[in-house]
Amino acid sequence: MHALTRHIHPGWLIIAPLFLLVVTLYLGPILNILWLSFTDPEPGLGNYAKLGQEGAQLRIVWTTVRICIITTIFSVVLGYSIAYAMVHAHRQQKSYMLTLLLVSFWISILVRTFAWLMLLGRKGLVNVTLEDIGLIAEPITFMRNELGVLIGMVHYMIPYAVLPLLVSMQSIDQRVMNASRNLGASGTQTFWRIYLPLTTPGLVAATLLVFILSLGFYVTPAVLGGGKVLMVAEYISVQLLVTLKWGTAAMLAAIMLMGVLAMLWIMSRFMKLSTVFGGATR
Amino acid sequence: MKPGLFSKFNTAGAWVLLLFLVTPALIAIPVSLTPKRFLSMPNGEYSLRHFEKLFTSEEWLSSFFQSGVIALSCSALATLLGTLCAIGLWRVSSKYSELVRAFLLLPLIIPQIISAMAFYRLWIPLGLLDSYAGLILAHTILAAPLVLITVSASLASFDPKLEQASKNLGASNWTTLRRVILPQVKPGIFAGALFAFILSWDEIVVTLFISKYSVYTLPRRMWNGIRENTDPTVASAAVVLIAITLIAFAVSAILSRRNARAQAE
Repeated sequence: MHALTRHIHPGWLIIAPLFLLVVTLYLGPILNILWLSFTDPEPGLGNYAKLGQEGAQLRIVWTTVRICIITTIFSVVLGYSIAYAMVHAHRQQKSYMLTLLLVSFWISILVRTFAWLMLLGRKGLVNVTLEDIGLIAEPITFMRNELGVLIGMVHYMIPYAVLPLLVSMQSIDQRVMNASRNLGASGTQTFWRIYLPLTTPGLVAATLLVFILSLGFYVTPAVLGGGKVLMVAEYISVQLLVTLKWGTAAMLAAIMLMGVLAMLWIMSRFMKLSTVFGGATR
Repeated sequence: MKPGLFSKFNTAGAWVLLLFLVTPALIAIPVSLTPKRFLSMPNGEYSLRHFEKLFTSEEWLSSFFQSGVIALSCSALATLLGTLCAIGLWRVSSKYSELVRAFLLLPLIIPQIISAMAFYRLWIPLGLLDSYAGLILAHTILAAPLVLITVSASLASFDPKLEQASKNLGASNWTTLRRVILPQVKPGIFAGALFAFILSWDEIVVTLFISKYSVYTLPRRMWNGIRENTDPTVASAAVVLIAITLIAFAVSAILSRRNARAQAE
């Protein structure tokens, strides 16, 4: 026993409880699901082969990827604009902006989804207002289509895009910009050739973070898509809770998981992951 | 450097976007005041009947209570485990401990639907489906990484020599932990506990899978209300949730300002 404790740092003793809990109750069943994707209902690659054959499943995967890409583009571009304004604002103004951003971050996803339901419906506030001021004759269909899902998702994801961008922009040395201007570059040139490239790590982190979070997004697509826009997360839940096809659900989950891990790996090439999550770097 | 025209234009755009982020949720307020029995905007008349219903309905009250119990237990458990783990990782601080740290952050980044599937899969044989214990355990695993992050952040600015000094002066491991390390990481612990509480209080995806009848949390009932899309009580619940969010936000802002001041001194 003594020989053992001499080699093992005592710090591990207090790491162990959480570590063991996560390994047994979280990692265990996830590995079990990966295993299921090859064994249920029968051993082999049947579930994966079906994905290639069945148009419906492939279409769902494609819809998900497409919506996630569009969501990511909008969230990152809009997030960039917010982060840029925040970094260049006065202190007081900046703290107001940060408050708004964090409050929106904290409002329950269910409250926000409910709000969109009230705003975007056929008789929702947006349509009623537009009709009242005579901009449109017919109500616009915002819900039960991809437009509604996109509005809800972009709205949810923007704060997630802003935070890594903010970290990255704050670490830029402003003197570099001044040097560029002094050397005769215009403001536009300085932005495109100096500022934007300097924020690449933040852009990569924001892009991948938003994309990863969008991939598994369940609540907003399920409500605002109203059954018309089926994304992978909702399809998985139907497979598990209604049709009880564990194999199909496990296969889709496995693909999603591999995608997420691959993106985390790419992200780790650009910046320390712990800084993305605001963790400790010592 | 003087801000250019583009920069001013961008700042205006950013304000519009920030308002776009916050204002949509406010529509819950007029809807909750409608005198009608279905979800609608009030037409000049206002009524508090849906709030009255919210606070007298046994179902909603029990959901508030259950969510409170689960979120408090989850927060306590996640804070305990996460804090110990963060201190341990900080003390070990080797290649392996960084690997363990990365591994422990996974529940935060793995899509919720996959986590939900995993818990559902394991909770069936363990008999934890639709129980307090099941929900608390699942939420704790999801929330502990948040505590790990916040406590680690507080530890990052802590000089390890202080710990050494405490031991050299004759303090035991336990005394050092209690009197030297814990006071230093207190802000991280509070922030982590708050985040863990919010995560559990607001969690719906995993909850949808592992609860059914006997445990019916507030998000679960909201989800039901949203899907049925008729009863305005859900709007008054949304208003209460927004109010709670704002209060929690104000409290955390005051706490962090006080900490910043304490650190500056």
